[in-house]
Amino acid sequence: MAGLLSVRDLSIEFTTYGQTNRVLHGVSLDVDARAQIALVGESGSGKSVTMKAIMGLLRQPPARITGGSILFDGQDLLTMPESARLALRGTAMSMVFQDPMSSLNPVFTIEDQLGTILKYADRRLGRNRDRRGRRERVLEVLDKVRMREPERVAASYPVMLSGGMRQRVLIAMALLSEPRLLIADEPGTALDVTTQAQILRLLKDLVAAQGLALLMITHNLGVVRETSDYVYVMHRGQVVEHGATAAIFAAPKTDYTRDLIAAVPRLTGGSRYGSAAGRGARA
Amino acid sequence: MTERPVLPMTSGYQTWYRFSRNPTALIGATIVILAVLAALLAPWITPYPDHAGAVVNFRARHLPPSIEYWFGTDNVGRDQFTRCIFGLRVSLTLAFVVLAIAVPFGTILGLLAGYFGGWTEIVIMRLTDIALAIPPLVMALAVAAVLTPSLVNAMLAIAILWWTWHTRLVYSLTRQIRAQEFVEAAETLGASRFHILFREILPNCVGPIAVKTSLDAGFVILVGASLSFLGLGIQPPTPDLGTMVASGAAFLPDHWWESVLPGAVILILALGFNLLGDGLRDLFDVEDA
Amino acid sequence: MTAPVLELRGLTKHFPRRGGFFGRVTGLVRAVEDVSLTIARGEVYGLAGESGSGKSTIARMLMGLEVPTGGEIRLNGAPLPNRKISPVQMVFQNPGASLNPRRTVGQSVAVPLAVAGIAGAAQTARVAELLDMVRLPGDFAQRFPHELSGGQKQRVAIARALAVTPELLVLDEPTSALDVSVQARVMDLLVDLGQDLGLTYLFISHDLSLMRNFADRVGVLYQGRIVETGPVARVFESPDNDYTRLLLASVPVISDEEAALRPVIPMIDGEIPTAEALMALRRAEQDRTKEGRK
Repeated sequence: MAGLLSVRDLSIEFTTYGQTNRVLHGVSLDVDARAQIALVGESGSGKSVTMKAIMGLLRQPPARITGGSILFDGQDLLTMPESARLALRGTAMSMVFQDPMSSLNPVFTIEDQLGTILKYADRRLGRNRDRRGRRERVLEVLDKVRMREPERVAASYPVMLSGGMRQRVLIAMALLSEPRLLIADEPGTALDVTTQAQILRLLKDLVAAQGLALLMITHNLGVVRETSDYVYVMHRGQVVEHGATAAIFAAPKTDYTRDLIAAVPRLTGGSRYGSAAGRGARA
Repeated sequence: MTERPVLPMTSGYQTWYRFSRNPTALIGATIVILAVLAALLAPWITPYPDHAGAVVNFRARHLPPSIEYWFGTDNVGRDQFTRCIFGLRVSLTLAFVVLAIAVPFGTILGLLAGYFGGWTEIVIMRLTDIALAIPPLVMALAVAAVLTPSLVNAMLAIAILWWTWHTRLVYSLTRQIRAQEFVEAAETLGASRFHILFREILPNCVGPIAVKTSLDAGFVILVGASLSFLGLGIQPPTPDLGTMVASGAAFLPDHWWESVLPGAVILILALGFNLLGDGLRDLFDVEDA
Repeated sequence: MTAPVLELRGLTKHFPRRGGFFGRVTGLVRAVEDVSLTIARGEVYGLAGESGSGKSTIARMLMGLEVPTGGEIRLNGAPLPNRKISPVQMVFQNPGASLNPRRTVGQSVAVPLAVAGIAGAAQTARVAELLDMVRLPGDFAQRFPHELSGGQKQRVAIARALAVTPELLVLDEPTSALDVSVQARVMDLLVDLGQDLGLTYLFISHDLSLMRNFADRVGVLYQGRIVETGPVARVFESPDNDYTRLLLASVPVISDEEAALRPVIPMIDGEIPTAEALMALRRAEQDRTKEGRK
């Protein structure tokens, strides 16, 4: 399988209040076409910074990329001219945002918002599509994300939709221009667990049906197991371990990963809390 | 690798860091500080301190700006520069007193209306609405006309309506803050109403109140200058910027410096407070993010 | 036999739905409908539910922040006393929002102490004692919330809630905003404190894996009603109710054993169904069975 996205030795530092800190120390990861990869880490691990760097959403300053490369289809995104980079974003490579409540503009209908995004994406790709063509495409993606009444949803304002439906709209937004890589930022974190299960299932099915590659950013190990074949574990700006999901869970190689997995409560019971449970004193 | 000095990342340090790199805030603060210092040290830093009183110097009437008289002289030969500096005293005192009355009064009303709701809210907010419907300058004119024109009465005239803006601001802030969990926690922990209003809610309002007060200072000075322009403020011979603009207007355009320069001082002073307020707002906005 | 710490009988809360031009009451939002449960001393009772299930409304009624529309709340056999310091205290979900950002940790923890008349040196000593109890260093009393991590803020919230020894401690999603390793430490602390101080907990959460390892008994809330209740092992291993089964099936798990424990839910339109769809399906099946029998 051809390598679609390849991050090599990426290092980033942040400068705030006159002080500079290294946030990423030589991070490398690969996403092949049609692969389902997870990037897992706790807060402060650097997974969000990595994702933003890949999508080109990192504000420089206060951030500064001090080394490494991000190759998409063999081309380095960091040395590419800005126009070429923009042409890729939202088209070949697109993102599903985390918070469905705040990611949609409340004063425009779904059709307006998706239509506008499509219009600008078309422009970047040099494609010509009229209003009717755009509407068709919008309804088409809404149907792909299993919206029961696409026309009604298209005519609605975000406030009229439930959290789960809004998240589907965000996924639809990412699919508009037939991307090859979908980056999902903590999908479903802001939703109920039953709705999250639906959304994760939808993502899996979509990715398989459309032949997309999926890079899932999450802090939830259960989500990793459900959605990904390969996982990168990040801690303090470094990839501490990576491998096939089943292998990592069965036999983690580093202490950090081992402790992380041990900290997850089990549905079967048996992860009782408290010092008496023999987990060792925690300060 | 050399050891970089670790800077103390207290919130005070962070605030100072941002403030010192915000040009708007710095320029505004500089203007205000200089004005306050000039007003305080007026008798010692002005070239002709006695010109601030009832001195006449007919030989030096209507002289244009020069090395001797930096801002020129007025129609009785007094140094304009000195009088402008002394005029700052009047403007700044006015702003200080008006706001010292209006801000606490308006803030307390806003807190009460926002926290208690019900009839308290209705009465206070409708009263505020009525007061807001009266044009401040007209009200000030009416008050000044009833009472004899003086600095104190001018301050009264402005303060009497100024509190309403602060009530509105603090009311909406209180309503937002009241819904936050730490207020509910304080309630269930048995905190008294006084504690909740003044120790939990009010500290969270300080930012926007500070911004508004600073911006207000500029406006109060302008209103005060307008009042004295119309002859309703402090009476001569005490130097006052608005009065100077008015009396100098009679000699436009030949002796332009008698009207324009005091006007410019008013402008710069109001601008300073505005910039400071804007800068403070930038500072607080980021903090709250 | 001593009365249970908490007893809810038919607890109900309706909110008026206002609509139309003049804000007329156009209907009712049935936030909590006929909820009954008991919690014995020293027990951990888990309330499992998603958004809109009524769990937060129940917590607020227990704390005296809302007044029930119907039913009763009994604390140690008597109605909720109308005291300044509520005998039911809560640790809120969002650690950032439950502490006043403009007051130090020490000042926030001292709020109930001042109300109880503990001041001066005694207050300082008690604050230090409480911070020590939640395993935070004493000098944290001078720090502001924004200088603390999420886990540390939650410990401060726990310390404050315990300051005046409540009868019942409600934990409303106390760790859902925290990383899993921090969550483990906070949960350890809660269990240890519960044992050392003989605390009784009402634990509200949508995280069923966490519930399994912390609660003794569990009640599943759906649209304001308790649809299933019982010892946590029984409910999780053999759930009776469709909604419980749907909840269990939706939990993302990290091992095959856990995956095997989850009930199998029939797909509708190639998707995991919503609760309403699942129940409609069940009703349709039951109707068909009835028809078949005729």
